[in-house]
Amino acid sequence: MTLVLLFIQFFSFAMSPLNAGHAFACGEGGEMPDTMAIPVLDYARLKPYLTKTNDTTYIVNFWATWCAPCVKELPYFEALTTEMKDEKLKVLLVSLDFKKQIESKLIPFIEKHHLESEVVVLYDSDSNFWINDISPEWSGALPATLVYRNQDRAFHERVFHTQEELNDIIQPYLNL
Amino acid sequence: MKKLIGFSAFALLTMTLLVSATRPFGEGYKIGDKIEDFTLKNIDGKMVTLSDYNAEGYIIIFTCNTCPYAVMYEDRIIELHNKYADKGWPVVAINPNDPSIKSGDSFEAMQVRAKEKGFPFDYLFDEDQAVYPKFGATRTPHVFLVDKNMILRYIGAIDNNAQDPESVTTRYVEDAIEAIRSGAQPDPDMTKAIGCTIKAKA
Repeated sequence: MTLVLLFIQFFSFAMSPLNAGHAFACGEGGEMPDTMAIPVLDYARLKPYLTKTNDTTYIVNFWATWCAPCVKELPYFEALTTEMKDEKLKVLLVSLDFKKQIESKLIPFIEKHHLESEVVVLYDSDSNFWINDISPEWSGALPATLVYRNQDRAFHERVFHTQEELNDIIQPYLNL
Repeated sequence: MKKLIGFSAFALLTMTLLVSATRPFGEGYKIGDKIEDFTLKNIDGKMVTLSDYNAEGYIIIFTCNTCPYAVMYEDRIIELHNKYADKGWPVVAINPNDPSIKSGDSFEAMQVRAKEKGFPFDYLFDEDQAVYPKFGATRTPHVFLVDKNMILRYIGAIDNNAQDPESVTTRYVEDAIEAIRSGAQPDPDMTKAIGCTIKAKA
């Protein structure tokens, strides 16, 4: 009985959609992974995610688990990932959680809410450089969202209070 | 019909509130602008007017109890005050958040936090949320250095490493104060850092 339960547990973990977008800390030979690994990037390594040149529209949300308005609007971004699969649309959640809270706060949050969008952590102390490089319009307040498709870029330092508010800014990029 | 008018008025009001809540970054005082004097309630219950300090300059910091970034800087804000108040540059901390959205930022909670940490500086409450928009403050913590002529001289971050005080290599606010005290222009006079959005009713 215990064995069967263990088997089910393993399966439900392995099949969880959460794992789809993330690398495991280990993963050789079908071993049971201890924990998921979230990429922790400095700005130089994040930048390629913000400057892709193809026909996909990227929605990059800057957030953190400690940011209440960010957590509140997160389901609207998740809905884009789960419900607009036919569109050339990709959501990237860039977490600004503190490095020492990745294991204790961020990963448990991702697991609890079964986030399907790709999550990376930006850890780079030179915020005075990269905030402007991401957008001169950004003051540094969270949440904030970058929407881009090739060279066409729009930055939104704001909270989205409804799905419609978010969809409105995505709409111009659809069916292009 | 009356109902309809009432509803339309309500909708219009809501829309106006929404528009005013999404104030874009960049509005507010610019470097070199003369700021308006203001009066706010301090945690001791007394009203404080900025010009009453009669200071050489003011380290105005929009901050709060609840934002982890603000909390990470509490000790450094205390150090700033202890280093510069005697030189005529006191810290004037202002909580801009609406406590109906963030109850941890109520006036009573401010009093508690100031006592716990032993804030040596005044901690004012922007209860009507009328002061922070004039400065164009968007986040906590957000620093504004104002000289004795009430001219805005610096906007931005305290230093260049929020998460790790030991690894700070540039102390923007201290460098800017030293520049102003020696008659020079701060360089940089604007910096950016991550912070929590200021909580205002939508």
